[in-house]
Amino acid sequence: MNRLERNERLVRLALLAIAFSAVSVLAVITAFIFMEGTPIMFKYGFKSFLAGMDWYPTEKSFGLLPMVAGSLMVTLGALVIGVPLGLACAVFLTEFSSKRTRRIVKPVIELLAGIPSVVYGFMGVVILVPFIRESLGGPGLSVLAASIILGIMILPTIISISVDSLLAVPVAYREGSIAMGATRWQTTKMVLFPAARSGIVASIILGMGRAVGETMAVIMVAGNAATIPGSVLAPVRTLTSNIALEMGYASGEHREALFATGVILFIIIMVLNTIANATSSRRKA
Amino acid sequence: MIPKGLKTLSALALVVAAGCVTACSRGTTETEIIVAGSTSVQPFADRWAEAFLRSRPGCFVNVQGGGSSAGIQAAFSGAADIGTSSRELKADEKALNEIVVARDGLAVIVHPSNPVRGLSLREVRLVFVGEIPSWKYLGWEDRPITVVTREEGSGTRGAFQELVMGKDRIARGAIVEDSNGTVREIVAGDPHAIGYISLGLVSDRVRALPLDGVAPAEAAIRDGTYKLVRPFLFVTRGAPARMSRDFIDFVLSPEGQELVRKEGLLPAR
Repeated sequence: MNRLERNERLVRLALLAIAFSAVSVLAVITAFIFMEGTPIMFKYGFKSFLAGMDWYPTEKSFGLLPMVAGSLMVTLGALVIGVPLGLACAVFLTEFSSKRTRRIVKPVIELLAGIPSVVYGFMGVVILVPFIRESLGGPGLSVLAASIILGIMILPTIISISVDSLLAVPVAYREGSIAMGATRWQTTKMVLFPAARSGIVASIILGMGRAVGETMAVIMVAGNAATIPGSVLAPVRTLTSNIALEMGYASGEHREALFATGVILFIIIMVLNTIANATSSRRKA
Repeated sequence: MIPKGLKTLSALALVVAAGCVTACSRGTTETEIIVAGSTSVQPFADRWAEAFLRSRPGCFVNVQGGGSSAGIQAAFSGAADIGTSSRELKADEKALNEIVVARDGLAVIVHPSNPVRGLSLREVRLVFVGEIPSWKYLGWEDRPITVVTREEGSGTRGAFQELVMGKDRIARGAIVEDSNGTVREIVAGDPHAIGYISLGLVSDRVRALPLDGVAPAEAAIRDGTYKLVRPFLFVTRGAPARMSRDFIDFVLSPEGQELVRKEGLLPAR
């Protein structure tokens, strides 16, 4: 008995240490980004970073507004493309398809999540970008290309979590609704969606997180011009691309400005997550 | 604040150097030299060092980046035995002993189907500034020019800025790619694109434009009529010490220069 208790305590301590190591990694990363990134922001003023339009870091202008706008536009675009597709697919798989189809299709969709982002980017460059350039005009490397690629990349997240939450709705709700004479679509729209709402919102938040953070695929298809795009066919640069693009040769204040980019990205992700969490919990209540 | 990476790097260098002293102590007196500077020169310096050390076991050539200015500073301060630069020395840097070890041409490239047969340097500058937005001003159809440039901080962009742009800024709306290879791929895929890459990397999928009527060929570069050329320099404070001198001699030897040619650069002479 005593031995068992001791083991129990050991396991508890070990798990605690492991859990804390994960949290402390996050703390170290946060501290490091802020330590490296904030001094230069104080030196030149937050406003010149957040409201500046010119990014010429080797000439000491560090305007990040185009990249902030770029990240938001591309993320919004990804959600506009990914959410309807993802939800439609989830509804089809749970309500309108046979169990057998679902058993085959769902794992296949989840496999999409395992494809490395550089492969998505490459497909984008080889197929999507020339297609956009030839059929819609512009250079092809664009907000639209990045949105479509990201929209596809967030599909597995949205579909698999939405399917799970739709399946978690008690069968009695479905049966009750059908018994009242509602059609399948009416049942889905008026009973299942409200019941599964928190799970669906969570899937969208996770998808959004992936879209904001994605770097490689975006660099390859977005064109990376450091300016606020005038249309969906214009090139765009996101905050993550800004860091990854210029990391290689950056030194001195240029390097610090890239850490400042990280600080801004960090804040934006926090704000987006907070807003998303607040909306989802309000809806639940 | 010293970047973390640099600290680890120098710690590593110390460890390796310490190992080197014991291994190398039988033969030469000097066992390690530091070559620091231009990130454009760095990959070539690495290749040279690799070949140079093949016949000198136990010795060590520590190749570092940091940029041309940093390399020149390092040569001044003695932090590096050899500083490397991919730009000409400025007047106040001329006190250093400079050796041209290779030259790199920059080519302005367009899609092979582009009917424009040549541009003046001024036209190239105005295109990259954004003041010539359409090909119609350059004698072709009225389609927007897709300007492709390199990212801030890149040595190639630095050279282009200096040789073509002068004080003007490259337009904010220009597409930015982070390597010579991707710039070439974008231009090869977009009939209306224009970009610039290292001359050695021009392939038949893109066309290098003659500038001011001079095509970027080796002869034109040698006699100085093609203007977009940057030297790759080794700089030392005073005459190079023994192992540095050996290394420089190796780089300038037919074997060293052949290596340069294989990597797409132009030999020093």
